[in-house]
Amino acid sequence: MTDAHTTTPVNYSDYETGEPVVDKAGPSGPIETRWERRQFGVKLVNPANKRSKKIIVVGSGLAGGAASATLGEAGYQVSTFCYQDSPRRAHSIAAQGGINAAKNYRNDGDSVYRLFYDTVKGGDFRARESNVHRLAEISRNIIDQCVAQGVPFAREYGGLLDTRSFGGVQVSRTFYARGQTGQQLLLGAYQALERQIHAGTVTMFPRHEMLELIVVDGRARGIVTRDMISGEVETHLADAVVLASGGYGNVFYLSTNAKGCNVTASWRAHRKGALFANPCFTQIHPTCIPVSGDHQSKLTLMSESLRNDGRVWVPKQLGDDRGPNEIPHDERDYFLERKYPAFGNLVPRDIASRAAKEVCDEKRGVGPSGLGVYLDFDDAIQRLGRPAVEAKYGNLFEMYERITGEDPYKVPMRIFPAVHYTMGGLWVDYDLQSTIPGLYVAGEANFSDHGANRLGASALMQGLADGYFVLPNTIGDYIATNNLDPVPDDAPEVLEARRSVDDRVETLLSINGTRTVDSFHRELGQIMWDYCGMERTEEGLRKALDLIPELRREFWNNVKVPGTGAELNQSLEKAGRVADFFELAELMCLDALHRNESCGGHFRGESQTPDGEAARDDDNFGYAAAWEFTGRGQAPVLHKEELEFEYVHPTQRSYK
Amino acid sequence: MHWTAPHFDMCTGVVATVTSQKSPRKDPGPSAPARRRPKLPGVLLKFVMAVSGAFLLLYLVLHMVGNLKIFFGGPALDAYAAWLRTLLEPAVPYEGVLWFVRVVLSVSVIAHIWSAVLLTLRARSARPVKYAGGNHKVKGSYAARTMRWGGVIIALFVVYHLLDLTTGTLNPNGVHLQVYDNVAADFAPSRWYVTLFYVLAVVAVGLHVRHGLWSGLQTLGASNNRRERPLKIFSAVFAVVLTVGFLAVPLAVTFGVV
Amino acid sequence: MKLNLKVWRQRDSVDKGRMVNYEVDADEDMSFLEMLDVLNEKLILAGDEPVAFDHDCREGICGACSMVIDGQPHGPQKATTTCQLHMRHYSDGDSIVVEPFRAGAFPVIKDLVVDRGAFDKVIQAGGYVSVNTGSAPDAHATPVSKVAADRSFAAANCIGCGACVAACPNGSASLFLGAKLTHLGEMPQGQPERYERVVNMVETHDDAGFGGCTNTGACATACPKEIPLDVISQLNRDYLKATVAGRRNRG
Repeated sequence: MTDAHTTTPVNYSDYETGEPVVDKAGPSGPIETRWERRQFGVKLVNPANKRSKKIIVVGSGLAGGAASATLGEAGYQVSTFCYQDSPRRAHSIAAQGGINAAKNYRNDGDSVYRLFYDTVKGGDFRARESNVHRLAEISRNIIDQCVAQGVPFAREYGGLLDTRSFGGVQVSRTFYARGQTGQQLLLGAYQALERQIHAGTVTMFPRHEMLELIVVDGRARGIVTRDMISGEVETHLADAVVLASGGYGNVFYLSTNAKGCNVTASWRAHRKGALFANPCFTQIHPTCIPVSGDHQSKLTLMSESLRNDGRVWVPKQLGDDRGPNEIPHDERDYFLERKYPAFGNLVPRDIASRAAKEVCDEKRGVGPSGLGVYLDFDDAIQRLGRPAVEAKYGNLFEMYERITGEDPYKVPMRIFPAVHYTMGGLWVDYDLQSTIPGLYVAGEANFSDHGANRLGASALMQGLADGYFVLPNTIGDYIATNNLDPVPDDAPEVLEARRSVDDRVETLLSINGTRTVDSFHRELGQIMWDYCGMERTEEGLRKALDLIPELRREFWNNVKVPGTGAELNQSLEKAGRVADFFELAELMCLDALHRNESCGGHFRGESQTPDGEAARDDDNFGYAAAWEFTGRGQAPVLHKEELEFEYVHPTQRSYK
Repeated sequence: MHWTAPHFDMCTGVVATVTSQKSPRKDPGPSAPARRRPKLPGVLLKFVMAVSGAFLLLYLVLHMVGNLKIFFGGPALDAYAAWLRTLLEPAVPYEGVLWFVRVVLSVSVIAHIWSAVLLTLRARSARPVKYAGGNHKVKGSYAARTMRWGGVIIALFVVYHLLDLTTGTLNPNGVHLQVYDNVAADFAPSRWYVTLFYVLAVVAVGLHVRHGLWSGLQTLGASNNRRERPLKIFSAVFAVVLTVGFLAVPLAVTFGVV
Repeated sequence: MKLNLKVWRQRDSVDKGRMVNYEVDADEDMSFLEMLDVLNEKLILAGDEPVAFDHDCREGICGACSMVIDGQPHGPQKATTTCQLHMRHYSDGDSIVVEPFRAGAFPVIKDLVVDRGAFDKVIQAGGYVSVNTGSAPDAHATPVSKVAADRSFAAANCIGCGACVAACPNGSASLFLGAKLTHLGEMPQGQPERYERVVNMVETHDDAGFGGCTNTGACATACPKEIPLDVISQLNRDYLKATVAGRRNRG
């Protein structure tokens, strides 16, 4: 990169506030008919013209896979890219719990409106009402679509679909396929995608990584990729570009994301002008297997459903180093049940995570590192009998034992929170279009639907809603209403984008320092976890904002990337991703610093109620913060999207 | 015993034919044109193998039952051999049924070996490199892993067996239709090495049947989650019964029981 | 613990490749891949090239990891992918041989990385229900018996890692193929294309260079998701019905 060594000494945190950003695509009026009216307002593309229109999709998870397949079916020429060796491996596959849909098959009072209401409230009033309502409407179609594809959802003896309640919701609206719902839904989308590849409407580029966005005349017109096997840098041009490249949890190094998950596609778009919204909204999942040592490369999630029967506790006494089974019941602190008697062990994710952190901060944490709490099934086994517990959680217990070597039937599990999902992402309007015309963003990569906190079983719903139903409808409007002349291969913008990728690759390879990419990534992750993790304070964030640029500079001077660019080079791939994580990390800390309130996954130490709960500040922060890039290490510009709550009126969440 | 022999006469010829056809067959077979024309589907080849195997197995059962006539005395065995030749007379000519069986068996043997050769060649190119860390063995899969070499050994044995007890060429007695005398001379205690060879060959057949029967049932789609174990047990028991039945005759002769 | 590793090193698809010995210090809580991470960090700092291997989710579901450990795909632990295999199953001084999946249809790209694109081709040939987005009836329009749904799920559990092919002495992908055919074949939604599907997928399977099945069961033993062997029986049965019984043309 040309600006690799030249960061101007402007104070990064001295950001300016620019013009508000406004969602112009979303209709006003009654919320129930907004989506219908928007769909009618979309200009249609003549079916014959679709064949000559090219769309690039980056990412092949639920959102990208579903969008590729659907756009292919519609007749567009689609090129789909993924870094994995097959689109079927996208990390959507790892989602365990389930997918919400307002089917009300249980007759338990569910409805589109209730799902809408729960999601806005669960998101702590930082999501856009129109988008969330549309999501709730579409949730029903998703289940129909997936069943038609042959997704083997769990069923009851009568042959109809089974549902369960999930994540502290009072209705039973979560459809599931054992603990592998993400896998089964992704395979459905993957199969639909493979069908289109066979039909010739979609061209698949596996093991290709997007490294730059091509913007011509202010419009997104293509991408620059690197073939991860040959190392060849290629340009791909199109009429529109869809990013469905997932979240950025790996900025923390340790997370439940796959090792390859990265922010590069989104970040490159951000650098080219797309606003990045609410980057500090990260979800920390309470039930993960604790870190076992410095070698740890990733964290494994244990399904949230474990909290239905497991009881969370730590020793009451400080420095109690007895084994868990030797500690009598009255010397155990069942801290969730104690603090939140109404919800007990079933409080939402952010609250459970923070409570665990608190007891560990008090040095009452368990396990070798002291960073863990017990999740105990002793009572459940006595009450229900071991066979019943085995039937419900057998596979999870096995997984736990495989990883830790401990038998959870005999010794309580140890769990600790881990970074799981990022609610923030590229800013999009109601059409899922970013601030760069022609650049659409779907799934976890965008910011739109979950606000400051995502409810369980909603990520799958959003990815598929965007991919199958929203994007294929709205993208046509852009294509129909814009006169898009073909971009020549040697247009200056194309050559420039390509050159910048070449330069960056060359720079990374030529530094030849003394530290590996992973060592930088680990250190960055530790900074983020310490200062921008479960609890953030002004002091900590300012410290992080000092540490990150320092480390970034060291990275660009001292990283060691072996090998060449013209081969499969996994160190080089990682180096490029970590380089972008550095810049994102800085923005996340700034966003967290500026948002001096606690909401959802963002907890500011300075903003709590007298009894230590999160205190939201709707008057000052009732907006989505969309940041504009101005240069590496330079203060970005904040654009606010004011959020209006016409239907669900903000209240303080309480689980006491 | 002699009932086998004529058939395997044919069979020898057939085996020879296959061998001689091998080189011209090799080209239209698996390697060369497979890229251009669609290959003969592997599953279809497996059906051929399963169905031909089924005929061969049925024959083995009848053969074994016939062999056991020796325990009713020499005349019983010889009479049985003669009866086979006059079976269904005069509706069919002398040895008519026998020749019909021989033809069916010959076709089965050709089909069995042909499909085996094609599938083996495909397997070679589908799995060209061996693991340096050793090829891990699936528990109880010895029979499965020895199907190919076992098959070759059985084929060679059959050639010997035909020359021995059908044509009588290699038999110390070697008189047509004197079945009992031929057998008695063959497995005389002094010729213990012949008995030993037969024992080894029959065990090879047993192993082949053990995996072959289960495999054939699976190929024909008879297996499912519930039936898998019972079918495997059935195949193993079947193979043991067949092996014991065939071993009984040579061992009985050698140890002077009959 | 100190381990002696013998790792297959191959620069690219053209290189002949060879086994190289390494020593590595491992901790018993590490996963097998974390042990390789440690090796790679060491190699990079020593100025060598790290060992390339496929991996992604590291929680046993994406199916990316693909290596043969001491002759067994995914190593010695039953029902466990390489990423979930932990070093506590090894002890100080052990020697471990690590190789790529070996199959004609899975050419080696580099070191332990192989190309499993043939699996995608097999799915393209018919491993789906031909339903366009938006054309679906209500999810409850077609009840599916719990037994069928469960059996379908057991087969749909396949993660497409290719261990079945790597373990098979014939390099056959019958377990992978049978799993997809069973997944769709057990569901009413999969019925209209059922017989067309099996014929096309089998043809593509063979053309991709996979061998024929000899029912050794090595695939089901190696499968980290314990896909039952009887899916191959179902594949055979459907193929027989499609071709010999002529169902394919009758639909």
